[in-house]
Amino acid sequence: MLSGHMMQNDGLKRTPLASLLESLGGKMVPFVGYAMPVQFPDGILKEHKWTRTNCGLFDVSHMGQAFVVGPDHETTARALEALMPGNFVDLKPGQQRYSLLLTDDGGIMDDLMVTRSIHPHFEGWLMLVVNAAFKEVDFAQIASRLPTSVRLETAPDRALIAIQGPKTAAVMAPLCDDSCDMVFMQSMASKIGGIDCHISRSGYTGEDGFEISVKSEYANDLARLLLKNKLVKPIGLGARDSLRLEAGLCLSGHDFDETRTPVEASLSWAIPKVRREAGGFPGAARILRELSEGTTQKRVGIKPLGRAPARGGTQVHQDGVFVGEITSGGFGPTFGGPVAMGYVRADLAVPGTKLELMVRGKAHPAEVVKLPFVPQNYYRG
Amino acid sequence: MSTIYYTEDHEWLNVDGDTATIGISTYAAGQLGDVVFVELPEVGKTVKKGDEIAVVESVKSASEIYAPVSGEITASNAALEDAPETVNEDAQGAGWFFKMTIADRSELSGLMDEAAYGEFTKE
Repeated sequence: MLSGHMMQNDGLKRTPLASLLESLGGKMVPFVGYAMPVQFPDGILKEHKWTRTNCGLFDVSHMGQAFVVGPDHETTARALEALMPGNFVDLKPGQQRYSLLLTDDGGIMDDLMVTRSIHPHFEGWLMLVVNAAFKEVDFAQIASRLPTSVRLETAPDRALIAIQGPKTAAVMAPLCDDSCDMVFMQSMASKIGGIDCHISRSGYTGEDGFEISVKSEYANDLARLLLKNKLVKPIGLGARDSLRLEAGLCLSGHDFDETRTPVEASLSWAIPKVRREAGGFPGAARILRELSEGTTQKRVGIKPLGRAPARGGTQVHQDGVFVGEITSGGFGPTFGGPVAMGYVRADLAVPGTKLELMVRGKAHPAEVVKLPFVPQNYYRG
Repeated sequence: MSTIYYTEDHEWLNVDGDTATIGISTYAAGQLGDVVFVELPEVGKTVKKGDEIAVVESVKSASEIYAPVSGEITASNAALEDAPETVNEDAQGAGWFFKMTIADRSELSGLMDEAAYGEFTKE
């Protein structure tokens, strides 16, 4: 294992929490240019199960945070609606939406969260959280396409901590009682232990939980405060991946990329009715046509019927004929067996359809299943 | 009497006469993390030293197991199919992968003993 010092010499960036997590036994690995913990001494399996039963703390400070700032809400919202198929004009203060940054022909550059600040002082501001791997290209794309009255302000001085799991509200209640009144996809500004935070009820595990944005210099104090509760354990990237896969959530760059549209990626639910009627987002002509006529491929859940996991890149066959490819696959610790998702010919995208997965040259039986593999446990009031 | 050898790929061989029992080292099992699947070679298969003959998968990744010597597979540990976690619990005992004959004992000379493997895995 490389020491922190060596990693710095290797040119890897470190989040404000890297040293704390390393001191807690985090096994640091390179991930999109950052030294990040892939696991802690408990190991991925136990970390995964801990998050599904108690509360896991994830450092997601490598993700890209930014503000889009305009003269009023409608102007800012319309500027983003020119780049994404979400309905941001109708966002109420404190509401958060999942959306997709699209290329001009409707491919998915990245997925992201868009939040309208609840604070009247930030009227005209929308907060973005994008994936670490794409933050530079995303921000360059967004900045280059905004009208002159709206600007992008990246926030590299902010850390992001996710706490996830069924006991998360019990952890937050004594620290920030107000936050527990929020439902899934709401956000607020508040203090935790005297630290100014922006808190949203969201995450990437399928569980109830919060994502807490905080100025970098207070990130360690906040993390230590949360970890004081014995229900909270630090969780690495390994379990983050198995948790999101069981929850049926996409990993940007793997489960979709610029060659896939929202319709192919089974993310049409992120395009609300008002946007389908009015269009006006990149690739709208193609995406609206696909919404009515369908696509040749669709993203689906795929359950290997044996014990062998099928990883991303595995070819999918039916009766010996190539019909698609796995984009994410592994072992689901809570599901108790291998789990996967990927693209298949659209006529096969029906739960129960039998497939073969070509693992190391041999056909392994599998079937199309409805996602998620483990029921989502969001707090909806 | 049996002798333990190790390969640079972190496999162990317990050699007893002309047969060997093979698995992955306790060190390797610790590095891999939680084992969730093991694919074992078919009994009766003839293999050459260096052939990919088994696969061990952790939650995160799949790793190939290479034949440490040439010979014929005589047994595989079917218990690992339902209980792959045995590899983490007892890598150098109940977590064995397969047994094979040793076609050419001179191939053992390139392997490490316990002390040399201890050095090899020291940082």
